[in-house]
Amino acid sequence: MQIELRDPNKIMKLSRLGSFHQSKLSFLRSFLSEFKDWDYKRDLFNLDQNGYGEAVYSFKKKDRVYSLVCFANEIKDEERSDRVIATKWDAAFTLHDGIPSSDDIKRLKDEVPKQEIGRLSFKELTLSRANKSVRVFNHVVESLSEGNQPDLDLLSKVGYLYRTTAVYGSGKFGLADRFRIKNREEINGPFRLEMMLVYLVRQFTFDQVNHVAHYKNPKKAVKLDKQICKNLGIGNSTGLGMAPFIVNHPTLLNNWILSRETALKKIREIKVVKKEESELFKDCVKRSLKNITSWNTDSEYQQIKIKSLLKDVEQFIEYIENEFDFKTEHPFNKIYLWLEKNSCEECIEYIVSIMMEPYNDIIKPLVANMSADEDKYFNIPTNRTTNELKDIIGTRYSKILKINFDQKENYQNFWFISKNKEEPRLADRFEEHGSELEQPLAIARDIKKLYEKLLSIKDNLTIAQFLSVNSELRHVVRRAFIIEKFPYSEIQDNTISKNIVPIDMLRLKLSFFGALKFDPRSDKWLRICMFQGAPLPNELKNYDEQWVYKTIN
Amino acid sequence: MRSLSEIETAVKRASRAVGFSWGNSEEVGKSIRQLELFGLQGIKNLNKYYKDKATKKFEDLNLIRETNESSLDAYCPVILGISFLDQIKSVENFKTIKFKKIAYPVIFLSFLSRASEISGKKIYAIFDQNEMLLNLNVNISSNFLNQEIPEFAKEIKIKFINNKDNFSDSDWNSLYKLAENTFVEESESLKQGAAGAGLTDND
Repeated sequence: MQIELRDPNKIMKLSRLGSFHQSKLSFLRSFLSEFKDWDYKRDLFNLDQNGYGEAVYSFKKKDRVYSLVCFANEIKDEERSDRVIATKWDAAFTLHDGIPSSDDIKRLKDEVPKQEIGRLSFKELTLSRANKSVRVFNHVVESLSEGNQPDLDLLSKVGYLYRTTAVYGSGKFGLADRFRIKNREEINGPFRLEMMLVYLVRQFTFDQVNHVAHYKNPKKAVKLDKQICKNLGIGNSTGLGMAPFIVNHPTLLNNWILSRETALKKIREIKVVKKEESELFKDCVKRSLKNITSWNTDSEYQQIKIKSLLKDVEQFIEYIENEFDFKTEHPFNKIYLWLEKNSCEECIEYIVSIMMEPYNDIIKPLVANMSADEDKYFNIPTNRTTNELKDIIGTRYSKILKINFDQKENYQNFWFISKNKEEPRLADRFEEHGSELEQPLAIARDIKKLYEKLLSIKDNLTIAQFLSVNSELRHVVRRAFIIEKFPYSEIQDNTISKNIVPIDMLRLKLSFFGALKFDPRSDKWLRICMFQGAPLPNELKNYDEQWVYKTIN
Repeated sequence: MRSLSEIETAVKRASRAVGFSWGNSEEVGKSIRQLELFGLQGIKNLNKYYKDKATKKFEDLNLIRETNESSLDAYCPVILGISFLDQIKSVENFKTIKFKKIAYPVIFLSFLSRASEISGKKIYAIFDQNEMLLNLNVNISSNFLNQEIPEFAKEIKIKFINNKDNFSDSDWNSLYKLAENTFVEESESLKQGAAGAGLTDND
């Protein structure tokens, strides 16, 4: 039985992309899988009794070493801010390529805590900073120092001791360019070194909290229980900075979505599902209910989505337990069709993610396809013709072409780069100044402009001829030739409409990271949790791959 | 040290700021990144050019012919470069292409380098006393490595070099003879058992 890949016009709508969930394809899970047999070590732990100082953690295999260098600093409560405008953080981190020398650590101590205004070198791969959840951190210190374990209810409400507010890589602030390391086999997957940084930061937060508790009361203090550690992750506050990434990297976006879609197609095509596979799937679905019921948010928008997700997943469990027979042929195809008919988008994508759990043989090869050689597709094939371009746009952007951009609400917003922080922002073009400096992120509008221009041309020109007098459309001409080869490279939605929900763009990216418990704090930023339930570094050599569905929080 | 990613982004934004379209600015970002990777002064020259551009008028050449001469002080190296890239399939048929009066020729070179990759042919360029070989965007060889690159070229001549060996047949044969010393003479019995042996080739 041949199943078609799902239609990009449906899947690449923002409401659907904003319903994606973590899966076995997610980068933090593929990172753990890749690095599970590396040697983990805490190389340096030089903190004072208040937990301030330096620490180094590493992963090593043969001659390759990656070292997380941590700097924990004292800051005043009023200086602590998750906003990108902050200038001080409780801790700052960089992932160094190799073993840092004492000179490196000295250099990094001057630069890393400065973050965006510091300068890194080609020897550093990623950069980040994090703030304590003061309420949780202090409570844990207090409890441990008195010889007690912390209140699990409080921990469960937050889910982490620290949250990062940015993780940078790929050449930012002097960090190593991707091309320097792209041939390393172990990082043949997107954001793998960013995931390593976050994972090692998580371990630092446990070591630091134990250290501070010990010095507070050396005679009575106990260590944070390992099971409790496992159920804590690292929080993250994410704003609009992440949104343009998926527009600016079309081939990469395609490869992420195509891998997911290919996985679904192959799973739907399985004729006979083994009992252990169906049992694992059902077990993950049932256990995952805990992830939904412990998903806390004040966002009404997200609460509605969670409520309908919970209702639909419960209904789905009822269906597979009482009505469905896995002995039927192509069971996952039947399940998928049932979901399309009976469930909300959030639930469909949730179950699609869980369908991947039993199938390492399908997923592993796909993980290797999730990077992209973007430069390869940058050049425009200028010997092609305007008629060909017209056909590509008519086929690939058919829904986009129906949007009426003469209506104010369809071009109400514009994307710009903030002068203060050099970060992307979204604003109402009729209320805020600066729309003349709009970033090229209104792809739907510009594609439609290009199409209308092409319709107005009588002759069949070469693209070179067309561009010589239409250079203002060059950026979308390039994209159209990219989507011809990469059908999932474009968001099939209007990114400047009055009704855009930018956090849908963030959720898409974060789901591929492997984030859990999306907690929108507005329509423009959200908090998430990463690695909650993940094995600790010294457990990596033999861990339960379905840990995501087995948290106790 | 600035990373190439920082260079590309800053160049793209600066190019947009001086009036190029976003699509053209993306091209400039990519080209200057490449120049800096090759160790040539891309940022320095682009910066100077964008300052000059604020006060002087440069000509945009949109259609490239075999001989091109600017009617103003000089051609804009960015538009010239992009036109060259876009028209590579037609200009590679010219025997020699001449451009007279080009501002900041090194900026134009970055596009020629990319054009060399697209066409799959090396490009030989000569301006004033400077010679360079643009080698499929893998590197640029020149005879002015440690000299300041001029801010203006009176004339640039460009030739596409057809793919051919850099060595003579006798050099090759002599080297190949040496390589043959790693081979083993096959015995008759082994020859009998090799692929296709024992069958008629007319089956």
